[in-house]
Amino acid sequence: MKHVLAVLVEDKPGVLTRVAGLFSRRGFNIDNIAVGETVTPGISRMTITVEGTETLVEQVIKQLHKLVNVIKVSNLSEEPSVMRELMLIKVNAEVGSRSDIQQIVETFRGKVVDVSPDSMIIEVTGNEEKMEAIKLLLQHYEIKEIVRTGKISLLRGSRITRES
Amino acid sequence: MKKKMTKGSAMIISALQKEGVEIVFGYPGGAVLPLYDQLYDSTLRHLLVRHEQAAAHAADGYARVTGKPGVVFATSGPGATNLVTGIANAYMDSVPLVLITGQVPSGFIGTDAFQEADITGITLPVTKHNYLVKNARQLPGILSEAFYLASTGRRGPVLIDVPKDVFDQEAHFDYNVECEIPGYNPTYEGHAGQISRAVKEIRDAKRPVIFGGGGLIRSGSSAALEELADRAKIPVILSLMGLGAYPGDRSLFLGMPGMHGSITANYALSEADLIIATGVRFDDRVTGKLDSFASNARIIHIDIDPAEIGKNVKIDVPIVGDVKMVLESILKKLQPGDTAEWLKQIENWQRQNPMPGGLKSSGSAMKPQYVIREISRLCDENTIVATDVGQHQMWTAQHFMVRKPCSFLTSGGLGTMGYGFPASIGAKLAAPDQKVVCITGDGSFQMNIQELATAVNNHLDITIAIINNGYLGMVRQWQDIFYDKRYAHTLMEGNPDFVKLAEAYGAKGMRACDAKEATAAIEQAMQEKGPVVIDFTVEPEENVYPMVAPNRAINDIIIGGDHS
Ligand SMILES: Cc1ncc(C[n+]2csc(CCOP(=O)(O)OP(=O)(O)O)c2C)c(N)n1
Ligand SMILES: [Mg+2]
Repeated sequence: MKHVLAVLVEDKPGVLTRVAGLFSRRGFNIDNIAVGETVTPGISRMTITVEGTETLVEQVIKQLHKLVNVIKVSNLSEEPSVMRELMLIKVNAEVGSRSDIQQIVETFRGKVVDVSPDSMIIEVTGNEEKMEAIKLLLQHYEIKEIVRTGKISLLRGSRITRES
Repeated sequence: MKKKMTKGSAMIISALQKEGVEIVFGYPGGAVLPLYDQLYDSTLRHLLVRHEQAAAHAADGYARVTGKPGVVFATSGPGATNLVTGIANAYMDSVPLVLITGQVPSGFIGTDAFQEADITGITLPVTKHNYLVKNARQLPGILSEAFYLASTGRRGPVLIDVPKDVFDQEAHFDYNVECEIPGYNPTYEGHAGQISRAVKEIRDAKRPVIFGGGGLIRSGSSAALEELADRAKIPVILSLMGLGAYPGDRSLFLGMPGMHGSITANYALSEADLIIATGVRFDDRVTGKLDSFASNARIIHIDIDPAEIGKNVKIDVPIVGDVKMVLESILKKLQPGDTAEWLKQIENWQRQNPMPGGLKSSGSAMKPQYVIREISRLCDENTIVATDVGQHQMWTAQHFMVRKPCSFLTSGGLGTMGYGFPASIGAKLAAPDQKVVCITGDGSFQMNIQELATAVNNHLDITIAIINNGYLGMVRQWQDIFYDKRYAHTLMEGNPDFVKLAEAYGAKGMRACDAKEATAAIEQAMQEKGPVVIDFTVEPEENVYPMVAPNRAINDIIIGGDHS
């Protein structure tokens, strides 16, 4: 199963290396990771997706807690939460296929953000299934390049993931 | 008002003094020169070693004996990288160290400057935490955090890398800084509900054992452990790291478990219905094959590090906390169960399975086990023994009578040949009034033999007992058992004459080839001033038994050797 962890860290030099190094040396795989600021100055939030059994994820969380710069780790997959990812796709778009592509993009509530004589860049946000679905459809037109931000996630409702 | 300004190097020396540091182990070089220059005028003692690895091991030995962080200085690049084995060793055995390394000047970092090494990057996986100082203003905070982190929670090494220019920078120095580390809050007190569950488990158990490790020693739990074992009549098994936490001469003590553990300890763990695991981490050398480990037992696991609980073995009653505090809470509510039947069973196992070895063999060469028993017999109960790594280490664990905590120093987790001798130097400086013996091998001793100069120069009374079998004995034993006696590169051809070598350093050297010479040499060494090297010529192809092959159940034991 995939687990999405929200990791609050002190914004100190090397903290990303510490977290990434922990995963590789303990043999845990990071599916994806996204890092950014929080409302509290000096604290960043990492959203890390890991694939593994309950026991493995429990061990990942405990080992993360041992890093001095890690303040809080929560497993957001255990609770109702909103998950989003942003993907940019550069797809082959000859004049003849443009309107078809346009239609797919609209269905997925994506946006065309760049057009050139033979290609388009499409922006989509959503959850993993949506990303996979649009990718599958666009493959038909030859995808030239993909870039993804990695998942980010917040608990639903008024509860928040706090430092303490 | 203008605040008084202090140089970075002066801040470091003064912080060490405020932390109560008595001695620094180190080795100078270009990038750390400003710090050594500051040391020149200070009253802080410095022990100059002959290799930085030895500085880290000596500080480690000092820390294991005193419980206080050992402090190390080294220069950038090769000085810092030479520390790495010592740091990894301390990390694996949870030993508090604070290491301060010089670094190339700030402006040169990242340019592959002369003697530049990314030591914070290199030591990231083997330190509890580390710092690269950017500015002298950060030093007071970083220094106090480093001491706090090293010596609280699960102990461990902390490294501070200081660029050369930062030593000379001036800033305001106030060491009354409160450590506030938002991500670091060790749990000391055990959960009350879990403690009650543990009490019930102990009351209801018919075949309980206590299995204790290094956490008992680090947390000062010996008294609590003794009370628990003695009041509830529960036998005690100690891992290699735990030896000394319970007196080795008591009838409730069953020895060490695992690969070279006692047969009784392994049978008891396998047959127990309750294991009270305290300050242990269920290393593979202890558990053998995990699926069959303690399959009949419920397990209470008490440890300061939550990540150790459930890491290798499934736990029924997890208790995160300081081992001593948790044991004391359990003792307050303790209701002893009935263990009489179980103790009878254990006595039978003990009678049927004594530790092999210990004979003075007539005619052929001396048995190594005999030498170790003889050293043990001639040492008083306050003696500190440090070992290296190999067969002699296991024989020491099996045959040396360790009665007190903090008096058995060995590289448990990393298994570092070369640890023993420098660790014994640190131990002697930590406890000048106690006898210190280093039991080493002909291979291991040569990994830090240069420290004879340090020991001689500082007049340290240390007895160095080389159990000389002319082999990398433990590796040869595996070749014997698992590789069809194909002794690839384990014969130590070209060993030096250790007696002459000791003398060349200005130490006393002796050789003992039979039982009579052995006894006489040990007795004499105990009286000598300064370091004494005794080269014990022993049976070259003696194996360590009992033995559990790797990844076999721990009650599946190879019983070899001489049982008389
Ligand atoms: C630094 C290091 N290198 C290699 C090893 C692998 N090793 C483990 S025991 C051993 C042999 C040790 O020989 P010696 O010190 O003579 O002890 P003996 O086993 O003969 O008692 C070796 C090479 C090790 N533990 N540490
Ligand atoms: Mg040897």
